[in-house]
Amino acid sequence: MMAKSNGKKLLEVSGLTMDFGGLRAVDSVGLDIFEGEIVALIGPNGAGKTTFFNCVTGIYEPTAGEVLIHPPGGTSKRINGMKPNSITTLGMARTFQNIRLFPAMTVLENVMIGRHCRTSTTILDAILSSRKAAREEKETIDKSYRLLEKVGLANEADEFSRNLSYGAQRRLEIARAMATDPFLLLLDEPAAGMNPQETHDLDELIVRIRKEDKLAILLIEHDMKLVMSISDRIYVMEYGKEIAQGTPREIKENPRVIEAYLGEEAHA
Amino acid sequence: MANMKRSLGIGLWFMFLTLPLMVVRVNTINQEIEWRWSNMIWVGICAFAIAWLWQFSINRRANQRAHVAADAHPEVEKLSFAQRLADDPVLSKRVLLVAAAAAVVFPWLVSTGQNFYHVNVMVSALIFVVLGLGLNITVGLAGLLDLGYIAFFAVGAYTYALLSKNFDLGFWTCLPLGGLMGMLFGIVLGFPILRLRGDYLAIVTLGFASITKIVLENWDTVFGGAAGIANIPRPEFFGMALDGRQKSVYTYYIVLALVALTILVTNRLKNSRIGRAWMALREDEIACVAMGVDMARTKLSAYALGAFWAGLVGVIFAAHNNFINPDSFTFMDSAMILAMVVLGGMGSILGVIIAALALKLLPEYLRAFAEYRMLVFGGVMVLMMIFRPQGLINNMRRKYECDTVEGNHDGEK
Amino acid sequence: MDFEYLFELLCGGVVKGSIYALIALGYTMVYGIIQLINFAHGEVYMIGAFVAFIVAGILTLTGYSGLTVLVLAAVVAVIYAAAYGYTLEKIAYRPLRNAPRLSPLISAIGASIFLMNYVQLAQTPDFLPFPELVSDFDFMEPISRYLSSVDLVILIVTTVTMIALTVLIKYTKIGKAMRATQQDQVMARLVGINVDRVISATFIIGSVLAAIAGVLIASRTGQINSAIGFMAGLKAFTAAVLGGIGNIPGAVLGGLVLGIAETLGAGYISSAYEDVFAFGLLVLILILRPAGLLGKAVKQKV
Repeated sequence: MMAKSNGKKLLEVSGLTMDFGGLRAVDSVGLDIFEGEIVALIGPNGAGKTTFFNCVTGIYEPTAGEVLIHPPGGTSKRINGMKPNSITTLGMARTFQNIRLFPAMTVLENVMIGRHCRTSTTILDAILSSRKAAREEKETIDKSYRLLEKVGLANEADEFSRNLSYGAQRRLEIARAMATDPFLLLLDEPAAGMNPQETHDLDELIVRIRKEDKLAILLIEHDMKLVMSISDRIYVMEYGKEIAQGTPREIKENPRVIEAYLGEEAHA
Repeated sequence: MANMKRSLGIGLWFMFLTLPLMVVRVNTINQEIEWRWSNMIWVGICAFAIAWLWQFSINRRANQRAHVAADAHPEVEKLSFAQRLADDPVLSKRVLLVAAAAAVVFPWLVSTGQNFYHVNVMVSALIFVVLGLGLNITVGLAGLLDLGYIAFFAVGAYTYALLSKNFDLGFWTCLPLGGLMGMLFGIVLGFPILRLRGDYLAIVTLGFASITKIVLENWDTVFGGAAGIANIPRPEFFGMALDGRQKSVYTYYIVLALVALTILVTNRLKNSRIGRAWMALREDEIACVAMGVDMARTKLSAYALGAFWAGLVGVIFAAHNNFINPDSFTFMDSAMILAMVVLGGMGSILGVIIAALALKLLPEYLRAFAEYRMLVFGGVMVLMMIFRPQGLINNMRRKYECDTVEGNHDGEK
Repeated sequence: MDFEYLFELLCGGVVKGSIYALIALGYTMVYGIIQLINFAHGEVYMIGAFVAFIVAGILTLTGYSGLTVLVLAAVVAVIYAAAYGYTLEKIAYRPLRNAPRLSPLISAIGASIFLMNYVQLAQTPDFLPFPELVSDFDFMEPISRYLSSVDLVILIVTTVTMIALTVLIKYTKIGKAMRATQQDQVMARLVGINVDRVISATFIIGSVLAAIAGVLIASRTGQINSAIGFMAGLKAFTAAVLGGIGNIPGAVLGGLVLGIAETLGAGYISSAYEDVFAFGLLVLILILRPAGLLGKAVKQKV
């Protein structure tokens, strides 16, 4: 499966470290993602996976380390310390572990927010209702609607997003992230709280997204069945450190990983 | 029954609570103490009744919640009248036409001869409608709690007063200048403080408004101090001399036009890329930024645009009153505008207009109520947050037309 | 440079600052536990002063005088302020515990306006003369230029109150429960702490401190009205933010810094702009160091 890695490198993280006061939440973690890959980041609770995500997406500024992106057809950039919205505009979009939708906006409007950084209607355009504003608005609606169809939420387009079921809210977050036209999608526990049927649908959705939209995907996930079935490569973190990486089969047989997981179960 | 007993206890508790303040009054001049025991009985009865109602509504709300929670898909959210109105373009167009016609003929219906009291009252009310709609952008749409909004109103009013006094500039020149000055102040102030969290922002804006008022009061050489500035010219009408009534009617139409403009602009913004970003920011800042929205720019635009309307209408206020002083720009005025936005429903244009008219006109025509005005506003703000945080008019969902899709887009309700 | 004048100003600043600190403690404690700016806290302070005024009025007219009146008035004021603080939390904040962040804040502003107007309607909008309850001590005569007898009482009472508060928070059961709740509300609930009761207790303690401050400042300035709570509340909030909101020693430090800055500004520049210095300081500190002098920057959890 390592064959994928001869594609172009998209994200290159090295030595990423994040301290909170005296606590080192992420300790010198490195990670690469290549074009078209699905990469999983796994590890016990509190291993620092979400913090790693937050550092890469600009929510936190990492204490040390390098985060480089190489957008396809664009120039490479070092993005540590950049604002989250700039990073999203460069082409990396994310979802949140504890769903963060805009509850009082409709499902369609949630996705339309994702188009914000790809459109340029100004206040003046909007007030004058200029031709450009009208055209962009129409494009935004159409594109957002097509994304809703892709994740199977087209029939709920005019509902308030707070009224969606849990699984549907997670799929809406994916659609919203995809509306920003990313080349790399970061999913933070997309299957959390889903029932087996929903997880199965999600599995298909992620694979389909990669195929149809030519996206690379990095996901944090606890559902091992999902991780093992869709990932090309897996990174494992424990206590802020990276303890293993490799193909699903290599990870399954890695003694450190088994210990980390069994250890957690023994404590729980 | 348990409810009854609790209510009784609460009634007694409030009788105790209000004992010193409601019953005793010390007259320090005559060295006398006035005991007003009848107040205590009233407090007891009212507290009992309110407590009973309160528990009733809290229980009902809890039941509703449980009901909603049990049902994962509450497809049938009750459609409010306003939602039905918005969903029906023919009906909404008719209602709009009737309202517009009524507003246009209003001065001719209520004013006869030299009696133009009602017109003047309506001008003040409409000024507050514009203020409400302006603050609605900042607080209602973008969720930036601005407690010093009245300061921008003062900026506009003083801009006109000073420019006409010192440079003899006319109303129509000053009108846009007032708006721009308001916006300029909004940007200059907003730039450093918009990084602050919501509650800090509230306090800083409050502090800013207090500073503005203190400066206006004390810098007499420029702003006329506590006495203010008098003899501010009324709006001119192509150089023609207007009598008192005509001037009022003329001002009425100016402010009415401004209301219409505000509604048009706010409505267009609300349904645009900009307005959606404001609302998303209000709903969840972090998610909004992670979706690529530039927080600083978006916040600043909402803040500056809100300030713009306040500055604009401040010019009209100064022209309408002929006279301004710092007492027109207190925290209580800011609070009242905020109450309009809260009462009307955060972000709802129609709601804010209705609330602004109600809050301004009711005290004017119910003189008995005027004294209790702020008491009631305060109480209503608390109650609204608890029982109806979405405002009187809510649940407005915008539906979008989408033609590229073959599916049955509007099949569901 | 006139050092005597400077010293006089400094003394005045410390007295003023210690009162700000007392009120600021209420803000900081409430904020520490439920992350709410209790806007109506200033009104509780005002109500404390009013109740003391009324009780003192009754007692004076029935023939009591001096410190007896002061103590009795203060005790009743404290009881009533505590009752108001408790009721306020129950009505205006508790139902909004899980509401969006802006809701309790607006509710707090509403409650503040309500209470201010309630007192104004039930009593009077005019200024009332607060009786002189502290007679001048003879031994204070030589230094009365710097520190009056009332000032001395204020300093003693605030110091004792703050020590008592520290002991309460450090060593008593409720104090420990408060600290636990401040750290992690969910965890505190899990280990069996009645969080609702802790929050009520916080409001009561904060209100008690505010009432003490109310009585003290009324005896110093000699007059009260229904609007004093607003400004005092705002100043005290500034003090709390200055020191780092949620941080108890910070509130005391913030109060003192604010008091001194204000008196120096008023003394050397212009007394009309006294409030401008306070707000200017607030704006500056929020922009330059939002975590306050003693506060730690906290990262929002995502």
